[in-house]
Amino acid sequence: METGRSSCKTRIEDHPILDFPARKEVTFTWEGQELRGYEGEPIAAALHAAGIKVLHTSHKSKRPRGFFCAIGNCSSCLVVVNGVPNVRACTEKLREGMRVQRQEGTGPAPRSRE
Amino acid sequence: MAVRTTELVIIGAGPAGICAALEAASHGVKTTLVDRGEELGGQLIKQTHKFFGWHKKSAGTRGVLIAKKLAEEVLNNENITLLNSTEALGYYDDGTLLVETPRGIDRVLGDRLIVATGASERMLLFPGNDLPGVYGAGAVQTLMNVHGVRPGDSVLMIGSGNIGLIVSYQLLQAGVRVAAVVEAMPTIGGYAVHASKIRRLGVPIMTRHTIKEAYGKEQVEGAVIWELDENWNGIPGTEKDLEVDVVCLAIGLTPLAELLWQCGAEMAYIPELGGFVPLYDETMETTRKGVFVAGDVAGIEEASTAMAAGRMAGLSAARSLGKVSDLDYSRLRNEIAGELEGLRSGPASAKILSGIAKMRAMLQSVKEAAAVSEAEPANQPANQPADQPANRPAKQAASEPAKEGDLAEAGARDSEAQGNNGSKSEEAVGA
Repeated sequence: METGRSSCKTRIEDHPILDFPARKEVTFTWEGQELRGYEGEPIAAALHAAGIKVLHTSHKSKRPRGFFCAIGNCSSCLVVVNGVPNVRACTEKLREGMRVQRQEGTGPAPRSRE
Repeated sequence: MAVRTTELVIIGAGPAGICAALEAASHGVKTTLVDRGEELGGQLIKQTHKFFGWHKKSAGTRGVLIAKKLAEEVLNNENITLLNSTEALGYYDDGTLLVETPRGIDRVLGDRLIVATGASERMLLFPGNDLPGVYGAGAVQTLMNVHGVRPGDSVLMIGSGNIGLIVSYQLLQAGVRVAAVVEAMPTIGGYAVHASKIRRLGVPIMTRHTIKEAYGKEQVEGAVIWELDENWNGIPGTEKDLEVDVVCLAIGLTPLAELLWQCGAEMAYIPELGGFVPLYDETMETTRKGVFVAGDVAGIEEASTAMAAGRMAGLSAARSLGKVSDLDYSRLRNEIAGELEGLRSGPASAKILSGIAKMRAMLQSVKEAAAVSEAEPANQPANQPADQPANRPAKQAASEPAKEGDLAEAGARDSEAQGNNGSKSEEAVGA
């Protein structure tokens, strides 16, 4: 088995046990930048595959935050989706045309929902 | 707000919750199974390794395939209503479970409740532990085994228990480099078969070592490890700087028991079981009558015991609803107790067994205290919710075949008597 450094490709294509069937590609934006991901995968997976790990900043000290538990327990990965704050990027499914933004602290107030 | 009535509600569709649902449903219990996720199977859906345990159960089968089979059985069972993508919010004295479905908040009214909510990952204190790139081992598994995304290029694994060893192997399978596995204890925590596999692939397992810090501007760019002395203090001068972009924490789990706290079940801190756990008897019933538990929320173990304990909880709930004959009950109960006994017969289970013994002793003193206060009715507040059945007390009392207290005691004797009959001849199989 190859144990060396991987070739910077984040999507797993060949796996000795698992098959990852072809999925529909969709376009979404991250901080205004257009990205591609697979429909229905968690937003965090699509972002991670695009090399984006900082999803959120902490409330007080504004430290960078990424996902931690990946199953919706810890709220470390909160992002703003289509203007709505506090969306868990690790469980929310990616859809065509989603506008995803890094959440700064508590995020925009609810009245700014679109 | 929709109201759904059912005989049994189960929270969590992992191995414990699913097996509880299948067992209860097999006795004709109308069961509602609630899970936060869309997919059934809980954490099994990311476990690519083959299971240990008994041949006649799921040993030798990969977790992902067990999940698939269990999910099919649930979907084909007409007694089970599945509420997936649904979060349980709270359980109240009148037997209401509030749930948030994708369509809004509903009330689920069940005669019995089984909490099978599982566990969450532990955190470790070190500078930089909040940087993106520090992930739980479960998160790493989810990202790469469920979603097909590599967590990074190079990983430092913290913890050499079975999870740390297995996830290290899975990282190698996904083409990710594992720089090292560090273990604070003087010996490797997991099975030798798992440790050997990753060592053969060139991954060093460094005992008596831990992480000193993770560093990086916005995300992990590296980590420093060092050796520990016999007092668990880092030894200056032994630092090694590792070029990694992921620090994976595999330092254990702790029960996800908020609902049990909230509904007033008696809880206790038992380190051997992973933290705060509910007190529960051999039938898996907590001190809140009609509320049962199974799986990691009752004490951290693994999926095979969770499945057996789930069946026990499902059987007990069905029995307390009057759905199981005496003969069937004692046969099934002995069968499941024997299975649990067998699964816990190895040296690795000593800790769990001592934790369960500790928990049972605490339960006993709680019960004795309750008996004393019952003997002095003046001290008993009227309508004490903890002593109420889960819901619809009148109906429940009418359908009850025997007093549950009697059953629990009889059960304690049963499991003692049958302790040595648990088949230990079944061979464990490796991955």
